[in-house]
This record gives sequence, structure tokens and C-alpha cells, in this order.
Amino acid sequence: MFQNGFSPRRVVVTGMGIACPLGLGVEHVWKRMLAGESGIGSIQSFDVSALPAKIAGQIPSGVKADGGLDINEWIPVKDQKKMDRFIQFALVAAEEAVADSGWTPQDEEARCRTGVMIGSGIGGLETIHEAAQLAVSGKAKRISPFFIPSALINLASGQVSIRYGFKGPNHSVVTACATGVHALGDAARLIALGDADVMVAGGAEAAVCELGVAGFCAARALSTAFNDTPQAASRPWDEGRDGFVMGEGAGVVVLEEYEHAKARGAKIYAEVIGYGMSGDAYHITAPAEGHEGAFRAMTAALRSAGLTPADVQYVNAHGTSTPLGDDLELEAVERLWGDAGRGLAMSSTKSAIGHLLGAAGAVEGIFSILAIRDKVAPPTLNLEKPSRESAIDRVALQAQPRKIDVALSNSFGFGGTNASIVFRAAP
Amino acid sequence: MSDTAEKVKKIVVEHLGVEEAKVTPEASFIDDLGADSLDTVELVMAFEEAFGVEIPDDAAEKITTVKDAIEYIEKHKGE
Repeated sequence: MFQNGFSPRRVVVTGMGIACPLGLGVEHVWKRMLAGESGIGSIQSFDVSALPAKIAGQIPSGVKADGGLDINEWIPVKDQKKMDRFIQFALVAAEEAVADSGWTPQDEEARCRTGVMIGSGIGGLETIHEAAQLAVSGKAKRISPFFIPSALINLASGQVSIRYGFKGPNHSVVTACATGVHALGDAARLIALGDADVMVAGGAEAAVCELGVAGFCAARALSTAFNDTPQAASRPWDEGRDGFVMGEGAGVVVLEEYEHAKARGAKIYAEVIGYGMSGDAYHITAPAEGHEGAFRAMTAALRSAGLTPADVQYVNAHGTSTPLGDDLELEAVERLWGDAGRGLAMSSTKSAIGHLLGAAGAVEGIFSILAIRDKVAPPTLNLEKPSRESAIDRVALQAQPRKIDVALSNSFGFGGTNASIVFRAAP
Repeated sequence: MSDTAEKVKKIVVEHLGVEEAKVTPEASFIDDLGADSLDTVELVMAFEEAFGVEIPDDAAEKITTVKDAIEYIEKHKGE
């Protein structure tokens, strides 16, 4: 990456891990996604009777062998209370990614060259809720000494570094729903610029709790028309869409300097070849007109990759299933791709798992990499009747085999923050 | 073993995730049972909750073994 002046080092992806509403494990989740399955369901974990949105994508419980989550299989009981669920999800996804990469630094120098950058949009919201309830009931003295380290966003990176002894840069991204892409892109830059040789990077989110759902409901951001048919609720670009569906989970990748990966004979999934960012400077929650901020982020990402839009065969859209955002993103992509849009496939995997907020970009980055590996575009579920026609193929309802060598993934966040990342097939 | 001792043992096992056999009266929370300073703060809070006692910080600092905890609680229980 960086065709614009520096002579940076090349960065490749050598490990991946996912915990999401379609389950645990990259291959398990990907298989279900390509089969058109949905991870959205009714919220059972807390009382939603007073809330207009009653559905979400939650990680299925069950044993590891079946792709379900029983946290006792992953984290000792005594440690679970020291970390909010978003950190637990990060550890689960990191364990898969690190094992997948086969990277086990053998000496202090190698450990110091291996860093962690896992972010979250909101962090330990449920933990904060519980502690606040103690405070308002006059029991502030009963607040656990683990409250703060359980809620802090950078403790995902902290806990992962402690578990594996990774002593390199320890950093964390907080850019709402753009967090995952920023984490991957920023971590890749640390490697490209020489700060580290290996980075464990990604995003984690566990905001499907009373406060989280209530907050997004209040912002009128969530789907409320499909409470009885949850799997139909996340329907990007469809005329019936009425808001996003919250999801939870984590996506973590192992990024590695190309020569470092080659020297140890690592399996290489893809190369990170471009990364671009922008700010809307417009509104706290609404995208700018024409999604011009997204346009600039994608333009910057392609420029840093040294590519033109015609070189990209697949876009994993931000596509949250909100009435305003979906068509604006489409408009920005149409404008940027121009005539090349005819050959482009763009889908929203949020249709299957919901919006994982700070984890979204990391999980969707992994899907983009898998789209390159398997030459297939994952489907946009529930896209039965697009609210607007387009020359861009939005991969409605069913996965499509496609020749994909380059994929771009978008994530945009509240505050008007936009990020795009570009992957290319393994060198 | 007294009721207090049994209960203390149970809390320690639960909070520190250690085997029951290791929780001897002489066992030190930090040196023998793998606790760190935050674990001990939490343990003391659990004792306060379970026994309805108030353990001020200066007293808590001196509770370093299972025996220390049992003795303090026995002495101050019901105050």
C-alpha cells in the first residue's frame, strides 16, 4: 500500500477469526452466509417489551464444535467478570485468528514486533449499565474493582496482548461503525511504516443490551417493522427497509509484513493494498449529501492502492438497511465507478448478520477477503424489490460466483467518519 | 470448621477459581492463590456482602491470608 511517496512495506493477511450471529469460526460462518442463512432473531437475553425494536443478531449459544459460543470453553470463569462481553468476543475471535496464522513469536524481539489493535464502537455498555444501577441505588461502594478495566475499549487489545505476550504497539480504534476498517487500515500502516512486523487487528462489539437497543431506538435508527419476521428485517436497498438491525460479535485478523510471512512459510489470504479515510463535517448521524464523504474515502483508498475503480470487482458495502444511507452509498459508488459500475458486484452482508457496529468493518473485511479467495460474492438477503434501480449488481438473495481479484470494503460511522479498505488476492 | 470458615472458603474458590484443597487457612491470596491486588479488593467486597460486615481499607490491607479473613469476620460479625 501507499503508492503516494513513501516506499512502505507490503502487508498481507495471514490469519482470520470471527464470532458473529452466524456463529463462531470463519469457515462455519462463511458457509452459512453463502447458503443465504440469517443470524437475526428475537432478543431473548433481556426484556424488550418496552422497546420498539425487539430483534437483533446475537451470537448463537452452543459448543465450539457446533459453531456456538459457550464462553466457559474460552475464558476461565474467574476472568470472565473482569471483562465485558465485547472483550470476551475479541478474545474468541483473536484465538481463532492467531491459531490460524500459526504465528507464535519465539523470542523477546519477535514479541516486541507483534502488536494488537482491536477497537470497539461503544465498549462495555452493559458493564456500565450494571455499575450505574449500583451507583443510583446508593451502592457505589459495591462497584467492582474490575468495572473500569472491563468497560474500557482498549482493554480488548490489552487482554489479547496479555494472553499471547504480544509486546508491540498496543492501540485501539474508536470511530463508531467505522472502527473495524480503521483498525485494519491503521494496523496495516503500522506494519507498512515499520512500527511492527505483525499486528492482530479488528473490532469487537456487544451493544445488544437494554441501553444499546434503547439508545439506537431513540435515534430512530433501528428496524421496528419486522419484529415478527426477524430474518426479513435487514434488507439493504430494498424498498421495504426501515432501519438497521443491531448485531454483536468480533472480527480479528492477523496482518503481517509480506517478507516476514513468506520467510516463515505462512499461508497468505490476501494483501492489504489500499486504505482511505474522510470526514463528512456535516451531521452527527446522517450522511452528507451524495455520501460525498464516502466518495472521498473510496477515492483515497483506490489512490493509495494505485488502482482505478475498474480494477475492483467486489464492494462489501456499508449498506446498513437504513432508508437514507443505502441509496446514498449506492449513489457515491455509481458516481465513482461510472461506466465500470456495470461489471461491479456490491453486496451488504449486514443482511445476514445485522450491523456489528465497531466490529462490522473487521468482519466485513474478512468476508471481502473470502470473496477473493473463493471467487464468490456473498448475497444481499431480502433484496426483493430495490428502491432504486442500478447498473451495479447488488447480489440479491443468492451468492454469485464471480471473478474477484480485488475487493473494497466500506464502513461509515456516526460523527461523519468514513473508511474504505482494499484487498487483493495473495501475491 | 466453623460456618464462617466454610463460607469464606467457598467465596475464595468462587472468586479466584482455585481448587478447594488449596484454600488452607495459611494460604496467602496473592502468593498461593494467584490473586492480584484487584482480586483482593473484590474478595474483601464479597466478604462484606456475604457477612454484612464493613471492612475499612486499612483493615483490608492486613487481610492477606484465608485465616486473616476468617478471624476478622468472626470478630466483627454482628457489630
